[in-house]
Amino acid sequence: MNMEQSQQNNKKKINRRDIVKSLAALPVLGAFFIGSSSKKAKDGNLRDKILNELNIKAQAPPPVGSMAGDPVRLGIIGVGIRGTQLMRGLGFATDDWKNTMKENALKNPKDKRLSDFLDQENLNVKVSGICDVFDVHAERGINAGTTDKNTPVRYRTYQEMLESKDIDAVVIATPDHWHAPMAIAAAKAGKHVYVEKCMTHKLKETYDLYDAVKASDIVFQVGHQHRQTQSFLTAQDIVKKNVLGHVSLIQANTNRNDDNGAWQYKIHEKASPQTIDWQQFLGNAPEIPFNKEHFFRWRKWWAYGTGLAGDLLTHDYDRINCLLDMGIPKSVIATGGVYTHRDGREVPDVFQVAMDYPDFYVGSSQAAGKEKGMTFLYSATLGNQYNRKTLLMGHDATMEIGSSLFVYPDPRSTRYYDWLSNDMINTSDPMYSYNPSSKGVDAVTGATAKYFADKGLMYTYRDGKRVDSTFLHLKEWLSCIRNGGKPSCGIEEGFQEAISAHMATLSVLTGKKIEYDADTQRIANVEDNELMKIGLA
Amino acid sequence: MKIKRPRYKTGQLAMLTVLRIIIGWHFLYEGIVKLWNPGWSAAGYLQDSGGVFAPFFKWLASAPGLIYTVDTMNVWGLILIGLSLILGVLSRAGILAGIVLLAFYYLSHPPIIGADYALPSEGSYLWVNKNLIEMIALAVLYVFPTSRILGLDRLIFGDDDEEEIFLTNDTPEAFSEKTLIEQ
Repeated sequence: MNMEQSQQNNKKKINRRDIVKSLAALPVLGAFFIGSSSKKAKDGNLRDKILNELNIKAQAPPPVGSMAGDPVRLGIIGVGIRGTQLMRGLGFATDDWKNTMKENALKNPKDKRLSDFLDQENLNVKVSGICDVFDVHAERGINAGTTDKNTPVRYRTYQEMLESKDIDAVVIATPDHWHAPMAIAAAKAGKHVYVEKCMTHKLKETYDLYDAVKASDIVFQVGHQHRQTQSFLTAQDIVKKNVLGHVSLIQANTNRNDDNGAWQYKIHEKASPQTIDWQQFLGNAPEIPFNKEHFFRWRKWWAYGTGLAGDLLTHDYDRINCLLDMGIPKSVIATGGVYTHRDGREVPDVFQVAMDYPDFYVGSSQAAGKEKGMTFLYSATLGNQYNRKTLLMGHDATMEIGSSLFVYPDPRSTRYYDWLSNDMINTSDPMYSYNPSSKGVDAVTGATAKYFADKGLMYTYRDGKRVDSTFLHLKEWLSCIRNGGKPSCGIEEGFQEAISAHMATLSVLTGKKIEYDADTQRIANVEDNELMKIGLA
Repeated sequence: MKIKRPRYKTGQLAMLTVLRIIIGWHFLYEGIVKLWNPGWSAAGYLQDSGGVFAPFFKWLASAPGLIYTVDTMNVWGLILIGLSLILGVLSRAGILAGIVLLAFYYLSHPPIIGADYALPSEGSYLWVNKNLIEMIALAVLYVFPTSRILGLDRLIFGDDDEEEIFLTNDTPEAFSEKTLIEQ
């Protein structure tokens, strides 16, 4: 057969046989649509049934008021690592940072830090003052805070800054031992306060700061920015709807394995007694000669820092406290030591804490009275970074929480017994998952929704757009200053965070199980002389 | 005289067509499920990529706005390829597109030694996985086409069923006798 014949053959008249053969697969398509539609209906009904029964609402974040009006005039106290980050959250970056980020973005188009920063909403604030005892840091703050219309004033001491009529509010990002003295003075001077965690360094300061803030009209916020993370707002609802059953155990962890994570921060080459006001840095810390390592790596010594308890336990504690509102534990026992960074530091780098709440109860699926009480376990090492999950473990389900959220039914659940028996759900796939970076809430779609979750401390999502949670936390504080309202991590939450962290520190330093008397709001079994001895009076 | 493809025996035609239809079914359902699930996105899968092409796939997931295009193209690609294979319409293009799509899936998560993915696969694979097998099966269908015999391509491009093989030096008559004897 040649080409001509072939074409003739192709062009031959279409007969009935051709039609039948060409449409041979049509019944398959019919079967496909019948099958897939009924499967969709079944899955959809199942999904709706589960979602309706659980009744979890992916909560919208609380509205934040307008930023209009005169700019809020800020004083920044401490422009180290965190202070610089907070300034960026407020909309102020140094030229050096912007240039470095520009170069990074050219090298790597995925690096969006500069464009994210430039796209950040204007919070209508102005940096009126900078206070830092290290000249290089103070200049950095002035550089970042300078705009066409404004150049920040450098104050040599925080007292001078607080006396100024040009300052409405202060952001405190100093070493921990300065948090309370500065925040108390600011509250007394009527300046609003945003203070980094741990809110205080010593036990007594915690009460003094509480009283000072209560006696003032200021807006006070502690820097636990994860309270802005949308997954936590959803998790609050999961707890409220008693999806998990009685929660008897919570585990949260810190796993780091790098020098920066172990507080071995860079020592600046320009650091010297001429560029650092050493006496002012020391403050209430024991008098020692000028020491660069103490200045830059202050977290390693009890005189200035609060160790893993104040630096990282506080974040995990507050992450859980904002879900369960469990408050201060009845007792705390902690162990640990310097096991991974034996460089002369005092503060443990491996640290385990058990906080007990014998009266904790948010609801149950079992007989009344059978369940009550909960332990919060915090476990940390600075010598391994295996990603251990944050888990809330209930009789009916386990919730894994980070920037995403997963709820797994428990095989022995009372509430989900029927669903498990009918294979409506299974224990290896989440029965509810929430991934804010995805386009919606996902229930019962199984393994495809399993992404690794981080702790939700860096970014969160608003309307599907990635936002810096520190920015949101600062924005909430500024909104309360302008429009009134209560910030999400105010003095009550800060008080609970600080006392709980100090109980863990006291336990590891005294070797005792530390008990809290909720009636007197005092730690029951540590004497003042013990506190004096360990420097936490 | 040019040698053309021999006419399929009934069993060969049946099995090749069944293979075409079930691969089409698989594509179509993968596409439809994604279309029906508004929360679905390839972002997580792409972010989890491994192997030498991982930076490219991660870039697809992270470039703003691009993931929307990737998701849409993937969903509709799967659906159209599925329909093409089941109905046997524009099959050559459908098969090639299917091979390209499967090559993307394969290359983003190649089952190489040392690869470790967050998204678990349901079997054990080394170099060869189901994506690769499905891709090769499509390649087989490309060289053994059926859509002009059983499929809408028969109406578009004409019947391909009647073509016969002629050995270069044989006359059509001689060849017919030979095949008759063999059959």
